[in-house]
Amino acid sequence: MTRSIMIVGVGGQGTLLASRMIGSVLLSQGFDVKVSEVHGMSQRGGSVVTYVKYGEDVASPVIEKGQADMIISFEALEAARWVSFLKKGGRIVTNTQQIEPMPVITGAAEYPADIVENIRALGIDVTALDALSLAEEAGTSRAVNVVLMGVVSNMLGIDEAAWTKALEECVPKKVIEVNRKAFALGRAVRI
Amino acid sequence: MKLMLGNQAVARGLYEAGVDVVSSYPGTPSTEITEFAAKYDEMHSEWAPNEKVAAEVAIGASIGGARSFCGMKHVGLNVAADPLFTAAYTGVNGGFVLAVADDPGMHSSQNEQDSRHYAIASKVAMVEPSDSGECKEFTKMAYDLSEKFDTPVILRLSTRVAHSQSIVEECDRVQHDTGAYEKHPEKYVMMPAYARPKHIFVEERTAKLREYAENCPFNRIEWGSDEIGVITSGISYQYAKEALGDRASYLKLGLVNPLPEKMIKDFAAKVKKVYVIEELDDVIETHCRKLGIDVVGKELFTFIGEYSQSYIKGKIFGEKDEFDTYPAEVPVRPPVMCAGCPHRGLFFILKKLGVMVSGDIGCYTLGAAAPLSAIDTTVCMGASVSGLHGFNLARKGEYEGKAVAVIGDSTFIHSGITGLINIAYNATNSTVIVLDNSITGMTGHQNNPANGFNIKGEPASAVSIEAVCRAVGIDRVRVVDPNNLAETEAVIKEELAAAAPSVIITRRPCALLKSVKHNPPVHVDTEKCRSCKACMKIGCPAISMSTGKARIDTTLCVGCGLCEQLCRFDAIGYQFCGTATD
Repeated sequence: MTRSIMIVGVGGQGTLLASRMIGSVLLSQGFDVKVSEVHGMSQRGGSVVTYVKYGEDVASPVIEKGQADMIISFEALEAARWVSFLKKGGRIVTNTQQIEPMPVITGAAEYPADIVENIRALGIDVTALDALSLAEEAGTSRAVNVVLMGVVSNMLGIDEAAWTKALEECVPKKVIEVNRKAFALGRAVRI
Repeated sequence: MKLMLGNQAVARGLYEAGVDVVSSYPGTPSTEITEFAAKYDEMHSEWAPNEKVAAEVAIGASIGGARSFCGMKHVGLNVAADPLFTAAYTGVNGGFVLAVADDPGMHSSQNEQDSRHYAIASKVAMVEPSDSGECKEFTKMAYDLSEKFDTPVILRLSTRVAHSQSIVEECDRVQHDTGAYEKHPEKYVMMPAYARPKHIFVEERTAKLREYAENCPFNRIEWGSDEIGVITSGISYQYAKEALGDRASYLKLGLVNPLPEKMIKDFAAKVKKVYVIEELDDVIETHCRKLGIDVVGKELFTFIGEYSQSYIKGKIFGEKDEFDTYPAEVPVRPPVMCAGCPHRGLFFILKKLGVMVSGDIGCYTLGAAAPLSAIDTTVCMGASVSGLHGFNLARKGEYEGKAVAVIGDSTFIHSGITGLINIAYNATNSTVIVLDNSITGMTGHQNNPANGFNIKGEPASAVSIEAVCRAVGIDRVRVVDPNNLAETEAVIKEELAAAAPSVIITRRPCALLKSVKHNPPVHVDTEKCRSCKACMKIGCPAISMSTGKARIDTTLCVGCGLCEQLCRFDAIGYQFCGTATD
């Protein structure tokens, strides 16, 4: 059976690194893996989504409405935007950080209130955390992605060693220490 | 075993096939092929000024005996079409493969053209992989095909193949022997006397390729239920396979030009109903209908955008996945110019002046989005400059003082210079602004001939944009820092008023470049802020009014100082950090 994970966020938050890290972990477990990314225009502060699919034999690299087993959201509004992609019984991990999109900045729209509560009210299992604060605690606001990988590392039934190895593969050596710390802080989050 | 992007796998295929020369122009979703190729020191890789040059470099290298490659996005092939159509006649010496990446769904493109028409029109072979493993294998096989049939081969990708990672097994490089060069004018000099016999050769070659298509390693049949037969290729195969599984049989076409005849007829005869599933145009479907096969194609499946497993499942079986929907409106999040983007100040001024803006292709196309909303047109690479000349001709001088072209440094080198020559030569009083941010930005930071570095980041000869402009006959050439709003506005006004064509170069490196040192973020003094929203007019993602006063997100702000210049109450500045402020 193919399982599907979506990573959603805002261009520039490091979703690509996260998807590559998960892909690397899953590959090490002997799964067939496909990771689909979007580059170019969408990276410029827009809503970004990457798909990770794994199983015995994965065909399509994309995930659609009602098909994701898990959504990892780097930003609260993006969790709301993509919730319809979740399979019945799927779960969401979301950063509670809010990044205002241009229509909110210009006053043409309002940033929705109570996003996590509204998603929970749909009967969806939500793990919500302030990944930005944890990243800053680790030493850099840029490590939000790795904090979230720490959280997710408790959810896929894969040994920590595989995650640590993937982290070392995916993160540049000169920033590995701060990212190790970020990963550990994420992994310590109660789920 | 490695997870690789389709593009990375193509680069690996180039390496393993013993390719010597790689020349490309960046374009999403094709760019990473050449970026990854440049990591192999065994191959010469380069960024060419445009796709036509890249293709001609590759053709020259092929004639010189090397296996050669050029890569581009779908619209790049429009630019490279000229050499392609005649390379189809000359054929190759060393194998020549041209990769073209289509963008169904237009994730990062201005149109949705289907490049398969180019293979048909130029009468060359085209292969289309469905995942990264095939990207690598098809690339290697394409070189053998190219040399065996004496033809250029087009490798067609689409966004989801190019930008998805899947498993690839690496092999060793097999060095290609370039052999001795021999003059061969009847093969390589395409003047009429030599080209006429070559057209005969091309038709004969197509016939041979058609025969080859009947039983070649690119095409395969996967048998499942005989209730449904699916004829498909590329990423559509993956969607169909996931949607229909064993409920269908598949004829997966990897050689998409020329298409087999007998193989398709035989397959169709063994299934009860045939669907042709192909994104964009009805190329395979038309072929099937010509063979007299009754297929379901575009009357069911759209010509527009990307397909998917759900789309196919819905169309064929009427099946749908269940899902929950967020119970309230979710604001859109369109891409925006980054905080500190050097284009922002320019577009703010252009909007303020209310001029007509003839736009071009690059990050600065985002100057069309609210709140800057400054751009009037975007057509293709270089069209800002040539289009402005035409616009000014149409308006008979009325707009010469209130219209500008905006074009990036890389796009200017790509195809803006010829348009500028036309402005000088055919004399409209046009004002062209070259937005020189020292990089090819939108495609993810590639060096270019104007920034002084080659593809490997080594120092290289740099085009002087000022000198080029003067050399083509533009006497008024100005250089300004677009982050200096007052100076930028004054210079634009002067050049619009001047009675001669002019070029204004707005020069400041992209804020995302690692070499760019940023100022500390600015802060708002909430006591001084009068909530006038003047700072909101530049559309900076770091500035918001969510608290009733201006608020600057210091994780995004790079201290470019634009908002500070706009604040009439001195409420924004570096000095307010740590005082009674936000």
